[in-house]
Amino acid sequence: MTELLLDSLSWILLILGGACVLIGGIGGLRLPNFYARIHAASLTDTMATILIFTGMMLQSAWSLATLKLFAIMLFLLLTGPTATYALANTALLSGLKPDAGSESDEPEEDEPT
Amino acid sequence: MRQVLSEPMAQQGKARPSAVLLLLLILAISWLLWSGLYKPLVMALGAFSCCLSAYLAHRMGFFRHHDTLFKILFRLPRYWFWLLKEIIISSIDVVKIILQPSLPISPTVVVLRAKSKSDVGQVILGNSITLSPGTVTLDVHEGTLLIHCLTKASAKALQAGEANRRAAALESK
Repeated sequence: MTELLLDSLSWILLILGGACVLIGGIGGLRLPNFYARIHAASLTDTMATILIFTGMMLQSAWSLATLKLFAIMLFLLLTGPTATYALANTALLSGLKPDAGSESDEPEEDEPT
Repeated sequence: MRQVLSEPMAQQGKARPSAVLLLLLILAISWLLWSGLYKPLVMALGAFSCCLSAYLAHRMGFFRHHDTLFKILFRLPRYWFWLLKEIIISSIDVVKIILQPSLPISPTVVVLRAKSKSDVGQVILGNSITLSPGTVTLDVHEGTLLIHCLTKASAKALQAGEANRRAAALESK
């Protein structure tokens, strides 16, 4: 009984995590400029990581693998924001204005020749 | 070149032998748990990477922050639970925004003065802000954080300062 419960809970978490990755991808395409797109990436970075790893931890049935999965999740959650900070800070230092509002930064498409 | 090299030395601080030994012990235990292989070659590689990690930690000034880190360590789980709640709430907000056809974003840049005076506290605050979807730390300089928010509402929530207060409370006495 508990096994079925754990199994279905873990599947719900895994599916939600997958949905977060998908929505993060959609957001990366839909949002208009660089700084807005970073927010979509952070959805994949954090929420999807937490959901998918918790789902996998429930699957691993309380063994050393659970501890390892927890450690991997922790390392990802600690290093992810650092990488995002490096990216955002580099963009800021190289002169991309963060107050560009909601304008698009896509280059104008060239006329087909 | 000599000057460039000598500058970070000031940041490293003194490494007490007890602190180094403790770090090496923790690293060795985690290696043994993680690898599960007890062959001579693997053990030698493990010893090498433990020493390399300790050296890199020293270079990064880990032992300078050693005392603050220990104090924080026991309060972290409670902070993580609060952060998890915040992450879930703001994730749902961002998902709603992305899936709405009108894409109702109002990007805002916020300047926040960190309540915490130490480097460790500011790093925790900055990373927590980046970790929650909808807010990204752009710059940390002398206790002032520059933060990009996806919506005006999330900017307001940040300026209310709950994250700031909790990150500072981590290292208070």
